[in-house]
Amino acid sequence: MNDRNALKQGVIQKIFSSILKSIKSIGYGIYRSLVRFVLGVKKRFVRFGKRFMDASAVTKVSHFVMGFGQLARKQFVKGFIYLFIQLGFFFILFTSPTVNGTPIGLDALRNFITLGTVEGDVFTPTDNSMLMMLFGVVTLGLIGMFIAGYLSNINSSYHNDLLIRDGKKVLSFKEDLAELLDSRFHMTMLTPAILGIVVFTILPTVFMILIAFTNFDAQHPAGQVLFDWVGFENFKNVFSGQGEVSVRFIPVLSWTLVWAFFATFSNYIAGILLALLINKKTIKLKKLWRTVFILTIAIPQFLSLLAVRSILSEYGPVNNLLMTVGLIDNPISFLGTATNPMTARASVLFINLWVGIPYTMLMTSGILMNIPTDLYEAAQIDGATKRQAFISITIPYIVFVTTPYLITSFVGNITSFNIIFLLTGGGPAVGGGYKAGSTDLLVTWLYKLTIDENEYNMGSVIGIFTFLITATGTLLSYRKSKAYKEEEAFQ
Amino acid sequence: MRNGDAKPKKFKSVKRQEQISTISGYVTLVIMSIIWLYPILWIILSAFRTEKNDQGQLIGIVVSNYFPRAIGFDNFVNLFNNTLFPRWFMNTLFVSVISFVISTTLTLSVAYVMSKLKFKARKSFLNIALILGMFPGFMSIIAIYYILKAMNLTQTLFALILAYSAGAGLGFYVAKGFFDLIPNSLIESARLDGATNFQIFKKIIIPLSKPIIIYTALLSFTGPWMDFIFARVILGETNPELHTVAVGLYSMLYGSQSTVDPNRFTMFAAGSVIVAIPIVALFLSMQKYYVEGVTAGAVKG
Repeated sequence: MNDRNALKQGVIQKIFSSILKSIKSIGYGIYRSLVRFVLGVKKRFVRFGKRFMDASAVTKVSHFVMGFGQLARKQFVKGFIYLFIQLGFFFILFTSPTVNGTPIGLDALRNFITLGTVEGDVFTPTDNSMLMMLFGVVTLGLIGMFIAGYLSNINSSYHNDLLIRDGKKVLSFKEDLAELLDSRFHMTMLTPAILGIVVFTILPTVFMILIAFTNFDAQHPAGQVLFDWVGFENFKNVFSGQGEVSVRFIPVLSWTLVWAFFATFSNYIAGILLALLINKKTIKLKKLWRTVFILTIAIPQFLSLLAVRSILSEYGPVNNLLMTVGLIDNPISFLGTATNPMTARASVLFINLWVGIPYTMLMTSGILMNIPTDLYEAAQIDGATKRQAFISITIPYIVFVTTPYLITSFVGNITSFNIIFLLTGGGPAVGGGYKAGSTDLLVTWLYKLTIDENEYNMGSVIGIFTFLITATGTLLSYRKSKAYKEEEAFQ
Repeated sequence: MRNGDAKPKKFKSVKRQEQISTISGYVTLVIMSIIWLYPILWIILSAFRTEKNDQGQLIGIVVSNYFPRAIGFDNFVNLFNNTLFPRWFMNTLFVSVISFVISTTLTLSVAYVMSKLKFKARKSFLNIALILGMFPGFMSIIAIYYILKAMNLTQTLFALILAYSAGAGLGFYVAKGFFDLIPNSLIESARLDGATNFQIFKKIIIPLSKPIIIYTALLSFTGPWMDFIFARVILGETNPELHTVAVGLYSMLYGSQSTVDPNRFTMFAAGSVIVAIPIVALFLSMQKYYVEGVTAGAVKG
């Protein structure tokens, strides 16, 4: 007994120390990259100054009038593009044109700090704090892009200086274009993708993180009531244990983790077992069985899940069947209106098996076919029985190959939205906290808080918190898979 | 190999054991298949059921008998005549065709660049992509909504296309894994022959990449048919003409309180069948590529 307790403590200590270690290493990593960043910036400034001194007169002018160096060397298209960038940027910056009644440019930077001052009345519209914040971020982004363009303008002009010094000719516009398909091909390929990512991923993400530090909620709808920066107030509210959101935070968080744990491992084990069964030598019609399960992947989830929801409803066929057989007298509610939250939780976990097993099965089938046969031959020569070979070759091989998948699917389950949203909608409701039911995960709660309740700031705090959890998981899996890559054997 | 080691002495009992385990294997598979096919068959049956109540009207709600007592095409007729379903179908088709072209192009070009070209910002791009991928996707949906609104694009299908495909460059991991397997020597020898990077991409990489192109295209094409969160937020619930099939069918069952009609379940089922048939056919015919992609993605981690 004592031994077992000691063992348990040892394991717990190990887990804690490994968590501490990873936190330490993350902290150290951040520190190191900060130092590297500061040093890098310093180096760049020094290089910038040196280059300015070394550059030709036209390039020096280029530091103030973009494109001058290129125009002086008859690279007209390039020169005019740079000139146009500078003129356009200054025009936007100083005239602050308005979009939807809110300015972009220097005014936007001022608005970004105040988030609007005009309270508005019958005659003047209220400042739209939301758009002001958005355009503040956009302006900061524009400034960043301008700096990049500015530096590339000097770079290219200085590059010409060096070419001329060596007695070579500067590139013509045609040659520049040709470069874009060869030595600068990565720029051509990445530019559209990066543009899309900046506008539709980075900008919104930065923006939503900022919202966590404001009081943008149902009482402060954008364009009607001003909202303002509140610092870490929202984080304090969520973690303080008081208020509607805070009361539900720990329960939702723990259910999310419980859900992710059970959903991941039940799918993982059952999926592997199913794959082993289908791949058994004596089982015929392998393709048919596999197709049956692939069907569930192929059918859009919102259709199959809504179908399951109707099957399990009080008037659905499952209740009817149970009543005919005589197992129950009255229809049971399995999902969103279940009397016992545990019923609903068990049901979603069970239905998740229905959704998830086929994926694991597919993946493991592929792996099973790739196990090198010489492993089994060697085992056979050593006199191992089939069962022994299975336990010491097949199982370790599968576990070894799929560990990264296990971690990614744990992370995926933390953010699995469809199953909960379509089956229970987060219900059954919990008294006293109408905003999160007993099957709500962090992500479905986040959806409810932002879309249904317009508590954007709280939703954003939850989102950041979810990010921290998934980020830790992803980093762990990243390290794990790397460690595995360096490992030769799986034993 | 695995079955060859039965010892002669125990031959009979081993054979019997084998038989028992095979039979129980079949039993398990049959039971599981029934459970897995049960909801699918239920939707199909519901789509064709035409039971009528005492007044002779169609019963459209969820009924408790699994097998219908009367069948016919009434639900399909209703679906096409009394709802905007054909419109929703065309909307979804339009969105998914355009966004699959854009997403596939973006994903593959990023994956190729990350896998085969060496340049200064490569490492930092990989790290940023890793971090961005960790944020819950729809955390930023509200922000995207406001960005599109600032561009005066909300309430248009074009906005939805942008929302689906603009960020596609981030989903390059699986495809990058595929490109990593193309030997570098192939590329180097082409370069020695004077080929530019663009020519290498066009003449060597693309022809070799059929499986991964199909995998990426399949996922991005089916995406708009399956998603309804983005479609619901960006296009709004109040414009039935702009719904995609997912939003439209969902609203048939659980629309806003004022419009919800419990008698639409069988119509929903009919719509589901129409949506599911092409998607399932596509999936099954591309099954090979899908399985390859899933396995590669999972094992790479």
